[in-house]
Amino acid sequence: MGFRLSASLAFLAVMGAGTAALAQNEIKIGEINSYSGIPAFTEPYRKGWQLAVDEVNAAGGIGGKKIVVISKDDAGKPADAVTAANELVSREGVALLTGTFFSNIGLAVSDFAKQKKVFFMAAEPLTDAMTWSQGNRYTFRLRPSNYMQAAMLAEEAAKLPAKRWATIAPNYEYGQSAVTVFKQLLSAKRPDIEWVAEQWPPQGKIDAGAVVQAIAASKPEAILNVTFGPDLVKLAREGNTRGLFKDRAVVSFLTGEPEYLDPLKDETPEGWTVTGYPWYAIKAPEHDAFLKAYQAKFNDYPRLGSIVGYATMKSVAAILAKASSTDTDKMIEAAEGIELDSPFGKIAFRKSDHQSTLGAFVGKTAVKDGKGVMVDFGYRSGAKYLPSDDEVKKLRPAE
Amino acid sequence: MEFLAVQFLTGLASAASLFLVASGLSIIFGVTRIVNFAHGAFYMLGAYLAYTLTERLSGPLGFWGGLLTAALAIAAIGVIVEIMLLRRIYRAPELFQLLATFGLTLMVQDLVVMIWGPEDLVGPRAPGLKGAIEIFGQLVPRYDLFLIVLGPTVLGLLWLLFRRTRWGVLVRAATQDRDMVAALGVNQKWLFTSVFALGVFLAGLGGALQIPRDAVSHAMDLRIIVEAFVVVVIGGLGSVFGAFIAAVIVSELNAFGILILPKISLVLVFLVMAAILVFRPWGLFGRAEGQPRQTLGLTIRPWKPFTRTERIAAALAALVAALLPLVDGAYALTVAAEILVFTLFAASLGFLMTVGGLSSFGHAAYFGLGAYGAAFVAKSAGLPMEVALLVGPLLGLAGAVVFGWFCVRLSGVYFAMLTLAFAQITWSVAFQWVEGTGGDNGILGVWPSAWAANPERFYWLVLAITATGIAALRALAFSPFGYAMRAARDSDLRAEAIGIDRKRVQWTAFIVAGTFAGIAGALFAFLKGSVFPENLAIPLSIDGLVMVLLGGVETVSGAVAGAIVYKALAIWLVSQAEFSKLVLGGVIVTLVVAFPKGIVGFIEDMRARRPRAKAAAVAEAAE
Amino acid sequence: MTALLEVEGLTKSYGGVHAVRDVSFALETGKILALIGPNGAGKSTCFNMLNGQIRPDRGVIRIAGRNTTGLSPRAIWRLGVGRTFQITATFNSMTVRENMQVALLSHHRELFVPRGFAGRFHVGRADALLDLVGMGHQAERACGELAYGDLKRLELAVALANEPKLLLMDEPTAGMAPKERADLMNLTARIARERGLGVLFTEHDMDVVFAHADRIMVLNRGELIAQGVPQQVRNDARVKATYLGGAT
Repeated sequence: MGFRLSASLAFLAVMGAGTAALAQNEIKIGEINSYSGIPAFTEPYRKGWQLAVDEVNAAGGIGGKKIVVISKDDAGKPADAVTAANELVSREGVALLTGTFFSNIGLAVSDFAKQKKVFFMAAEPLTDAMTWSQGNRYTFRLRPSNYMQAAMLAEEAAKLPAKRWATIAPNYEYGQSAVTVFKQLLSAKRPDIEWVAEQWPPQGKIDAGAVVQAIAASKPEAILNVTFGPDLVKLAREGNTRGLFKDRAVVSFLTGEPEYLDPLKDETPEGWTVTGYPWYAIKAPEHDAFLKAYQAKFNDYPRLGSIVGYATMKSVAAILAKASSTDTDKMIEAAEGIELDSPFGKIAFRKSDHQSTLGAFVGKTAVKDGKGVMVDFGYRSGAKYLPSDDEVKKLRPAE
Repeated sequence: MEFLAVQFLTGLASAASLFLVASGLSIIFGVTRIVNFAHGAFYMLGAYLAYTLTERLSGPLGFWGGLLTAALAIAAIGVIVEIMLLRRIYRAPELFQLLATFGLTLMVQDLVVMIWGPEDLVGPRAPGLKGAIEIFGQLVPRYDLFLIVLGPTVLGLLWLLFRRTRWGVLVRAATQDRDMVAALGVNQKWLFTSVFALGVFLAGLGGALQIPRDAVSHAMDLRIIVEAFVVVVIGGLGSVFGAFIAAVIVSELNAFGILILPKISLVLVFLVMAAILVFRPWGLFGRAEGQPRQTLGLTIRPWKPFTRTERIAAALAALVAALLPLVDGAYALTVAAEILVFTLFAASLGFLMTVGGLSSFGHAAYFGLGAYGAAFVAKSAGLPMEVALLVGPLLGLAGAVVFGWFCVRLSGVYFAMLTLAFAQITWSVAFQWVEGTGGDNGILGVWPSAWAANPERFYWLVLAITATGIAALRALAFSPFGYAMRAARDSDLRAEAIGIDRKRVQWTAFIVAGTFAGIAGALFAFLKGSVFPENLAIPLSIDGLVMVLLGGVETVSGAVAGAIVYKALAIWLVSQAEFSKLVLGGVIVTLVVAFPKGIVGFIEDMRARRPRAKAAAVAEAAE
Repeated sequence: MTALLEVEGLTKSYGGVHAVRDVSFALETGKILALIGPNGAGKSTCFNMLNGQIRPDRGVIRIAGRNTTGLSPRAIWRLGVGRTFQITATFNSMTVRENMQVALLSHHRELFVPRGFAGRFHVGRADALLDLVGMGHQAERACGELAYGDLKRLELAVALANEPKLLLMDEPTAGMAPKERADLMNLTARIARERGLGVLFTEHDMDVVFAHADRIMVLNRGELIAQGVPQQVRNDARVKATYLGGAT
């Protein structure tokens, strides 16, 4: 026993000795993400923020100081993310925290930020709770929320003639709230719609054949899909073979993102209405510049993760520059209402709920040269799909 | 009606791949008694290899040849693993091999990302089986029909292999009685190697066969492994036919279950397993196991309470630990507090496993229940931390009372799997009951009271509770009750013959262990400020097992050392290393080979080797 | 006065095959009764019904006048029945003394005591019993490293922990050298006399049986074909036929 504890103490002491003196001419940024958990997203995401860091520092940094990102893996677990956040704040002395992918991890870090009074810029987590029911003064979010994406898709869905709708969504908070919001928004626009079936496969474990059969049996005219990743592949394959998508409209969350669309190759189901990122066909100078820089640096094409990583770090840099301080209150003050450029055009962080107005592309899927692509797409600015400040006030807890 | 018939066919197709993987697992367990946690990793590797081969080769021959070659290559890898790794540790205590295969699994998870990249891969469709056939007016994929035929075909081939060949007869004999085979003068080494090769061949084939219908991804292994275990246990360990029937039952229940309860898939297999094990303690086609292999007590060095010197050393260690805030800052303290929390968790599981001989695969349930209990008290009832720390663990206790009552009716791997089933059922409640538990978004804002909010104070609080808890568990191990537990563990027959109510003793032990895990969980909730379903999920239960096994299951407090080493290593690697799982897995595999009795078991061996006179003198001086 | 052990019409069958059929006998305090018979005669089944491991189909078992039919091994032990096993069952990770202490703790209903070092409970009594069977000098040794004969003697000591009235011994000398056998049985006989115990044992070794048993019962195919004092049994025609002179 004596041996064990003293050994562990020695270990901790060694770890402690590593604390480096704070460099005067740099600003440290703490970054946490699920690098080992969901590398398909986080690898392009990492490249995205690396590019942004390079650009910021090449342009002279912030007030003459270079930004340095200290990046940590959370292994896909909220508890590990809190450990990492602790390390970044207590040991590395970072000015602020950023990153995270999964909603529950984003929420855990957000709550940590609130408790420790640290600025937190959430990159990806989609849950509406981040900015609304569990929102707090220290947390901002870049990515268009679940609600925003549901609103964009519901708008398109309302134009469809279909009246009988079925839903397929992964059985966890993201899938549940996506379906709830979509149903609510679509039914509001189209009271004639009937919801005839729902399937809730466990995330990552869809029994696609059985799910497809069960949905088909309810004879829907349209289907909402919220699954992604390997589940989406299985669903698409079974659905194609079993003719589920034939003569049926499908509206699908995230499917147009290269992370999820590219693996499908020639098996991409055609004509689905999806949110996504058609990097190959966007015609905008902001995006062109980003695309060129990204391809030059990495010799690879960007995924949506790249955009998220890039825009997150650019937002952080803009906030630091505006605050010209690493004091948390000053950064919050600077961030509220800040406007900046992103590859998708101008975005702003709303004062009322700390949500950015970054939008998404909505379009249709198609197959071109054996690859899945988005066609007939358009950019939807997030600002249009967010509730008003008054409504938001009711959603957020009083500070 | 037609629809139901087609749904039945769909269920059968799902059953086929599940059966392939499960049958391999069952065969391996039956003969070698290895709980092959890496079976899912072999399945995943089979899929990745098949992907690469079928992308390179063309035509029907290329495709089918590619699948078969991939499976054979996996079998070859299996042979290497068996010879290089498993052979060295067959004599280690039961379940120790689980640790080795767990390490392998971690390594493979990172390796596939390194080799094949992070993106999901979609393999080609099977030539000739691309489309669908109309049956009862519904489209059924040809590939499904192929799988439906394949399942029973493989079952038939295995039956022929086991009934019609000398090798098969040996395998069956070994499944029933390992010692008998040794007595027959059979080369047991190569029998084990060949059985392991066949088992992982089936896993590799199962994975390869998925590529026309699934995406190949780095998370495939975990998706299949738990389900495969469940199927093996439902069918009865070592029974290939049982695995087939169980795969069909599970798949069909799922195919029809989702028509009524679309959310049932999450928990279905575990409900089925719990129900079956409660009524048939050895699965559907399993047989009652004879007296379990005497693994504990192989080291003929009876446990001794601490000598006075050792007790002083332990107290000094606690004192030194209490001085940590003087040398290091907030981060080190939170890490140390986390390690301490897991030390208590591991000690509680270790108490159950080493003193009680009960290997729980679902110990995280009581940790998680304690955490949720504390969160409910703190958040829903709005009571302060002090109350939450007292009341929270009671939820762990309550869970252990209910689940333990069922579990102690079983023994060995069946006991382990029933604990797993209950843990998963508890997890699914935490995951699904959004109104009560917040679902997967968890409960936030569970922070300590103001007086304990700074890292030093909270660290001291955790240290005090953990040290007391570990000391209490250790004292219990040497108390009359500890003797009763060891008696029930060593010989059920003798225990009953001298009036010991084995079930009551083990049930009580289960409740004690669950309560201490609950205390650890409640502390963890306040350490992290939040509670999530992952706090009672399988990975945490596995972590607990790893800590205990790493420390040494034949030692009283090995779990403490195992927890400190494993947790410190894991935290440090996640923080520092790019491919942390690869390194962590490699370290575990190395430790397994270097210390087949665990770290503390190894230290005790070294100490025992010192001249006896010296040891005797020390003991005399102390007592 | 009622007999210490009374058995009436004990019957057990497995799938229509009678393992034990209509067996009746009695055992007096202080006497040693041997149950013999060829392999498969039903000795073990009979024995296991007496100690509660198997539930009889029919018949009544009374120990000291109390009906124990269908009671669990635990309950039967509480009534003062000690037993040893054909293949020794001991707690192998514990020392010889600790094995004794567990039995003594159980006897005193102290097993659920969560405090104190169990190693300090009942040391004197444990050592006295170990001395009685000649194991006192090995009290500190781990059970797992004992010689087989020593395990048998330990089992005898453990069986005496609850101050039994009746000892059930299943092949107590199996696997022992001839000298050890005689020693163990002499010891058993002495203890039985001194403490007024009844002893029922099964045994393969006819020398042991005829040298130490006060009475002998012979089972064949589940039925009692003879019982009486050794001389009677030795001369019984059916017994001779059953063993075909095969008695060693």
